[in-house]
Amino acid sequence: MEKILELKEISKKFGNFQANKNISFDLYKGEILTILGENGAGKSTLMNIITGFYRSDDGEIYVNGKKVTLTSPKDAIKHGIGMVHQHFMLVKNLTVFENLLVALKDKRFIINKNRYANIFLNIFKKFNLNIDLDLPLWKLSIGEQQWIEIIKLLINDCQILILDEPTTLLTPQETEFLFKFLFELKKEGKSIIFISHKIKEVMEVSDRIVILKKGEVVSILNKEDFNENRISHLMVGTVLKNKYDKDVKPSDDLLLEISNLYAKNDKGLADLQDFNLVVRKSEILGIAGISGNGQKALAEVLTGLKDPYKGKISLNGIDITYGTARQKYIHGIAHIPEDRKAMGIAPDLTVEENLILKNFKDKELGGILLNRKNINRYANDLVEKFNIQYGVKNAPVRLLSGGNIQKVIIARELSENPTILVALYPTRGLDIGSQEFIHQTIIEHQKKGMSTIYISEDLDELFKISDRIAVIFRGKNMGYFEPDNVDKKTIGKMMGGIIKDD
Amino acid sequence: MIRIEKRISNSQNLKSLAKFFSFVIGILISLFFLKFLGIGLIDLIKNIYYDAFGSIYSFTELLIKMVPLLICSIGVSFAFKMKLWNIGSEGQLYIGALASSLIAIYIPLNSHYLMIFLMFLAAFIAGGLWSGLAGFLKVKLNVNEIIVTLLMNYIAILIVDYLVYGPLKDPEGFNFPYSKKFTDIAKLSTFGDTRLHTGIVLAIFLLILYYILMEKSVWGYEVRVIGSNPNAARYAGININKNILIIMILSGGVSALAGFTEVSGVLHRLQHSISPGYGYTAIIIAWLSNQNSIGILFSSLFMALIFLAGDTLQLNYQIPISMVNAFQGILLFTLLTGDFFINHKITMKRRKNA
Ligand SMILES: Nc1ncnc2c1ncn2[C@@H]1O[C@H](COP(=O)(O)OP(=O)(O)OP(=O)(O)O)[C@@H](O)[C@H]1O
Ligand SMILES: [Mg+2]
Repeated sequence: MEKILELKEISKKFGNFQANKNISFDLYKGEILTILGENGAGKSTLMNIITGFYRSDDGEIYVNGKKVTLTSPKDAIKHGIGMVHQHFMLVKNLTVFENLLVALKDKRFIINKNRYANIFLNIFKKFNLNIDLDLPLWKLSIGEQQWIEIIKLLINDCQILILDEPTTLLTPQETEFLFKFLFELKKEGKSIIFISHKIKEVMEVSDRIVILKKGEVVSILNKEDFNENRISHLMVGTVLKNKYDKDVKPSDDLLLEISNLYAKNDKGLADLQDFNLVVRKSEILGIAGISGNGQKALAEVLTGLKDPYKGKISLNGIDITYGTARQKYIHGIAHIPEDRKAMGIAPDLTVEENLILKNFKDKELGGILLNRKNINRYANDLVEKFNIQYGVKNAPVRLLSGGNIQKVIIARELSENPTILVALYPTRGLDIGSQEFIHQTIIEHQKKGMSTIYISEDLDELFKISDRIAVIFRGKNMGYFEPDNVDKKTIGKMMGGIIKDD
Repeated sequence: MIRIEKRISNSQNLKSLAKFFSFVIGILISLFFLKFLGIGLIDLIKNIYYDAFGSIYSFTELLIKMVPLLICSIGVSFAFKMKLWNIGSEGQLYIGALASSLIAIYIPLNSHYLMIFLMFLAAFIAGGLWSGLAGFLKVKLNVNEIIVTLLMNYIAILIVDYLVYGPLKDPEGFNFPYSKKFTDIAKLSTFGDTRLHTGIVLAIFLLILYYILMEKSVWGYEVRVIGSNPNAARYAGININKNILIIMILSGGVSALAGFTEVSGVLHRLQHSISPGYGYTAIIIAWLSNQNSIGILFSSLFMALIFLAGDTLQLNYQIPISMVNAFQGILLFTLLTGDFFINHKITMKRRKNA
């Protein structure tokens, strides 16, 4: 096989922090290569080096056997290397057409809209995509935005496509579609570097896997050596559990009762319709559903970011739908938001400062002046407990790796012993070790009496952790199930709106 | 698509160094132009050096220029920390000067301290209300504070002009656009024989207060969270609207204190064109210093030096004021360019290679 990309002894430091160390591997033509590694292992950093966003301190890159110096993304595109970033880089207010045009490498001085539109539409057609070129980008779903990112690379004729956690935000259906697409590209001889934390899908799509740990390559596996336990062992040093043995049972007392609730979304459409839900004390209630079926509205109503327009929510029998009772209840609630960068953190502040975002009014931490000593002690405890890797000390939290930002949020939310936790896709982007740790922590808190509303579309995860699972479809609760008495298939079908199937 | 590797915190020294070099480059370019105007450069540098550092007296003159710059940039920085773009510092300075002057002229008091205190208070309140209005409009009607504060600069300056050309004009002032001179009771005391007034104490005090409020206090933390991500702030239960109002009032109130120190400490009356643009320069200072207290102090001193050099050019070389402004522009330009390249490492490399 032909080598298309060779990395030789790539190293990169941020300040004193070694993010990549002596990384070497090759990428072959027509291959899908996956980089696996813990949060903060240096995956994104390495990809940023290959695409010219960062410069390595040391090491060499060869493309098609020729040594190259990549000093900017444009350079990389010139050599046929392009990347879809973990956090997208699209201009939300521009249309699809404009976004693609901006990305196009060689364009003529005078733009003939039809000509380019045809080029773009041809690519859309080839991959069976149905996207309106004139739609502003913010109207597209996350999945569709992802296609636009990939198409940006294709119109520039990239031969090496790098996808940094493309499936994290996709529904299972969208993921499947993406994989078909990738196989198609592979057939055309394009090479793909793929990053994901979901071992199952990684084993499905990859030809080879490179495992990174603390910035170094620990192992490179070929397809025949793929084995879930072995991979997770190499990656984080533990073997995955299929089910947690919980020695805690939810109580029979009701805690939260939602009846006939209606809420609208930003576009004025009904997001929750006649929605009913009951949560018991110290219960982990999983909510299964395909993203976009009202989960976000549910979380926002429960966490006080949105008011319902009809219906009732009661906590311990007290009506908390509106007014001061609602304010008081909201105070005791923890929330892991869907969009961590937009809601969960103050990006320019340090890790410490972000960890106290919820309880900075506590006497020990502040009052009038911030008590830096106590804050540091408090934050260090959490950093250690949740194994938050923050690279350079006192760096703003936006420089942390995606998974570590998520850990900061979770650590903060769980630290206050909330009565209810509303978690939206809390393990998105977390490595398997951290996922398991988060699950264990939630179970830990369950023992102390916390109830959790665990919203996810990952059935494996839901079956592992939930006491009961409710299915949400088009803003309605389709019913409850006990994970032991139902199979994933049935739930999967209900998520798609099919109620009975014999 | 321009993406850049941001340098991180540990290159702080490098940043200061780079800023210093940009400054030097700006000076060199300006000197180059002056050379064309037939000015002996060595001679000029000597003169400026002499005017700024030649004696204790000249150094105090530099500090006198620094006081309003420092106070205004502290005011601006309060707002910038929350990403509220108060660019109305100049107008707020004028309003502060006006309020202090009205007290000094119309309220007959015998106690120096009471008089100074009232002038101080009047300036702060007037300036606070003045820019608080922009905050109010933002909170209530979501009007952009940049536009409001900017336009209110002109209103403030014109109000003062109207008054000093009209109702407040000193009848014995040979028709100059000046108000009556203040009595000694309304003048800030000075240090020894110099003109340096106690306004500098106020400025330093404000800087310390700024540091404590922003870096050490819980409230400053709230402000920084809002500045960094309003959504996260809302989510953490921080009241954004209340803080917009407080910050705008504080920011304008502090800027107005520069007007108070100028009329009470330097001019001793209200007059046309109190400030050569201190309020505008303060925006640059707040930006260059990244609202860091030490940075504010040194940038203010730097900018004061430029103003002083401008005086030297005008007085000793008859260079027109417009030329002086042009030099300030050049300096600004190199500083901003320098700043860009400090933060955007890759871009610079790319230019070289391309
Ligand atoms: N620009 C930067 N400045 C300072 N530190 C950085 C910067 N970029 C990354 N880091 C640090 O380098 C380490 C590796 O980050 P990277 O984003 O490569 O991790 P990752 O493997 O992609 O993790 P994840 O799975 O969470 O996305 C992290 O600890 C991060 O804090
Ligand atoms: Mg990453």
